[in-house]
Amino acid sequence: MTRFVLTKIFHAFITFVLSGIVIFFGVRMLPGDPALAMAGEEATPERLDAIRADLGLDQPLLVQFVKFLGSIVTGDLGESTRTGLAVTEMIATTLPVTLWLSLYAIVVAVIVGITLGMIAERFRGKWPELGSNFIALLGLSVPNFWLGLLAIMGLAVILGWFPASGYVDVLSDPIRGIYYLTLPAVILGTSLAAVITRQTRASMIESMGTDYVRMARAKGLSRPRVLFRYGLRNSLIVLVTIIGLQLGGLISGAVVTERIFALPGLGKLTLDAVFSRDYPVIQAVVLVITASYILINLAVDILYSVINPQIRVSEDAS
Amino acid sequence: MSTETSGGVELSDFVLEVSGLEVSYEAPVLHDVGFTLAPGERLALVGQSGSGKSTTISAILGLLPGTGHVSSGAVKYRGEDLVRADRARLQTLRGRSIALVPQDPMASLNPSMRVGDQIADALRTYGMSNSAEVTHNVVRLMTEAGIPDAENRRRSYPHEFSGGMRQRILIAIALSGEPDLIIADEPTSALDVTVQKQILDHLQKLVTERGTSLLFVTHDLGVAGERTDTILVMNDGRVVERGTPQQVLGDPQDEYTKALVKAAPSIVVGREPSRALGAAGSTPAVGVGEGRVDGEAISANVLEVNDLHKIYKLHGRGKEVHALNGVSFTAKRGQTTAVIGESGSGKSTIAKIVLGLERGTSGEILAGGRNVDASSRAERSILRRFSQPVFQDPFSSLNPMWGIERIIREPLDVFKVGTQVERKRKVAEVLDQVALPASMLERRPAELSGGQRQRIAIARALISEPELLICDEAVSALDVLVQEQILELFRQLQSGLGVSCLFITHDLAVVANLADDVVVMKNGEVVEAGATRDVIDRPTAEYTQKLLAAVPGSGLLNA
Repeated sequence: MTRFVLTKIFHAFITFVLSGIVIFFGVRMLPGDPALAMAGEEATPERLDAIRADLGLDQPLLVQFVKFLGSIVTGDLGESTRTGLAVTEMIATTLPVTLWLSLYAIVVAVIVGITLGMIAERFRGKWPELGSNFIALLGLSVPNFWLGLLAIMGLAVILGWFPASGYVDVLSDPIRGIYYLTLPAVILGTSLAAVITRQTRASMIESMGTDYVRMARAKGLSRPRVLFRYGLRNSLIVLVTIIGLQLGGLISGAVVTERIFALPGLGKLTLDAVFSRDYPVIQAVVLVITASYILINLAVDILYSVINPQIRVSEDAS
Repeated sequence: MSTETSGGVELSDFVLEVSGLEVSYEAPVLHDVGFTLAPGERLALVGQSGSGKSTTISAILGLLPGTGHVSSGAVKYRGEDLVRADRARLQTLRGRSIALVPQDPMASLNPSMRVGDQIADALRTYGMSNSAEVTHNVVRLMTEAGIPDAENRRRSYPHEFSGGMRQRILIAIALSGEPDLIIADEPTSALDVTVQKQILDHLQKLVTERGTSLLFVTHDLGVAGERTDTILVMNDGRVVERGTPQQVLGDPQDEYTKALVKAAPSIVVGREPSRALGAAGSTPAVGVGEGRVDGEAISANVLEVNDLHKIYKLHGRGKEVHALNGVSFTAKRGQTTAVIGESGSGKSTIAKIVLGLERGTSGEILAGGRNVDASSRAERSILRRFSQPVFQDPFSSLNPMWGIERIIREPLDVFKVGTQVERKRKVAEVLDQVALPASMLERRPAELSGGQRQRIAIARALISEPELLICDEAVSALDVLVQEQILELFRQLQSGLGVSCLFITHDLAVVANLADDVVVMKNGEVVEAGATRDVIDRPTAEYTQKLLAAVPGSGLLNA
């Protein structure tokens, strides 16, 4: 098991280094000139050169790359060309917002999705299944931003149940923090919930038809016990994979959701940075997102092997 | 069976009383099934797949799948009607009063739960709450079921156990509720014969010790005859015959039972149809062989295996598995040579190497005088045509997306033999050889029965006119009657076409019925080889003797 985890961590590290390379060169291939963006259209060539020299953009690409690698190792990601603030600082203030939002969305999606999926399996061919299928279809096909706008209109403006926008730090004031994040998290989690609903239904149908579930029932186990310990537990193997794959989409969804609810998160930071060709910030943000994506997948891999003992052994052997 | 009444309260004599049972899905599938089971009695329900025996036990347990329901009749447990019992009541009875030992030990344990927890799950449901007590009983039950080192093994997952061990765990689960009725649903049909014997002996011992009644479902008349007091034969959803093993096996009344008894593979070499036909077929066989391999010296042996070793390396652990350990034997041209052994004996590895699907680590195989390890592409191509396989599972060895014609024709397409018209004619010809109607060609595998599919697989193997058929457990997945038909087909093909046959099997009865020679394998080594009659009549190796003794019902059926 330890070996399995170490191997997975090593793979994750390699992936991270490779993505670092892609990010660095990718950002430099973006159209537009950061110096021009900073100084404005009327800047003199001397002024532009000065800015470039300041940012190190006049140096050969390879030198820039080595510096970039150095900055990752030291954790000093430079300064924003737009605001002049330390990039590390900017990420430190925005990342928690996005993390809380995503985490909340995942929790909502998992609870709603698994519940609806299990209801659909339990009442096959009856109206609860149809209802569950309908909700899942809706969640998949209605765009996030539209759903967000509707929610703001209905639940925030008209009914006044939730705030329409704003953010309260979850750690300093958990109750209000969670309250403020509820609407955005539900909206962000909708499509994930829909995917989980469908997947849960499909894998529950499969696992409830297996011989070991029949055997569990023949043992005289209670219905909930059969459902959760025998049915759901084995369905989770597929679910965890699906959820892991969907999390990437969650992060990009956060960009839109943060915009709609005016949350000061990573998504907003990314958009601002892209519009102003803020190389250091874009680089850093993409790097952070990539790292979190890799970490999520690492967690999924490890979790997967915890749920499914057969994976652990076969991976060990190979 | 004595009538029991205690204190004026009427108690049923019977643990289980099934009467007039009719189960329906869209239409009825069980008709008027009735039987009784007294305390301590052992009853066998015998029939082929689809005869309704599994439906009967599902109905008793209230576990009919999908839309299945009891449409009339009654199932009474100690006088209490189970058909009309509510869910809670059934839940209470299951495991505690009526326990199940299921058919497929590989699929019947939760793969993501430690086996000890799965036994504990049952114990807790039956009201045991103290966790030290639960653990103690888990270890006790596993030990009683014959699992060594239960203290540690209870923390293992199902996939870390062999099939036989998994069945023992399921038996432990069945016994955990101290039921007075155990329903064993083909508990050993997925296991090797010696393992089968151990498991059945053990189950029988436990059941007898406790005085538990046993409802034993099996397709194997031999097993039924040996281990139960009463046999009930089912066919097509009806009980067609009932009686003691002596009556049913010795003097069957019903036509279907007669066919079943007749087809039951036994290891009597006495009737010996294969020998007669095999001998008749072996002479022309050499002739045909000569015609095919033009200009080359023909040896009497179609296959020679010399000192074959196969070592599998387990990655990362530095461990090696010696699948084959210096195996040598020969197979005569135009005859059937059986390789018999249990799982893990290396018999299937031989098949793979002879087919060229894998390479031996060392040693030599001559197929029709050619070294199988031949390096040139052209030679390999010739070898591929020399031998053709027929696999065990006719359900997974035919591409479900293809029509039958394309499946049979494929080898010709691959080897680029003949024109389209010639290929079509050849397909019709082999289809005729395996005794299937031409209308088959339009269909797809899913529309055919297991026996029909295996005929298709044989037709596919025959179409490229191989000299050697390699049949890996080619009849093990089939019902006995069908099995008998397929074996008969092999005999006819051998006498008609003179094709040689390497028959890999675990079933001694099949060997006795079909093979001219037999090679007995154990742990990657040949323990005995020779003419089938000699090996069966005078086995010299201890292992062969053990195998012979383990064949269920050998005594009864031959009597």
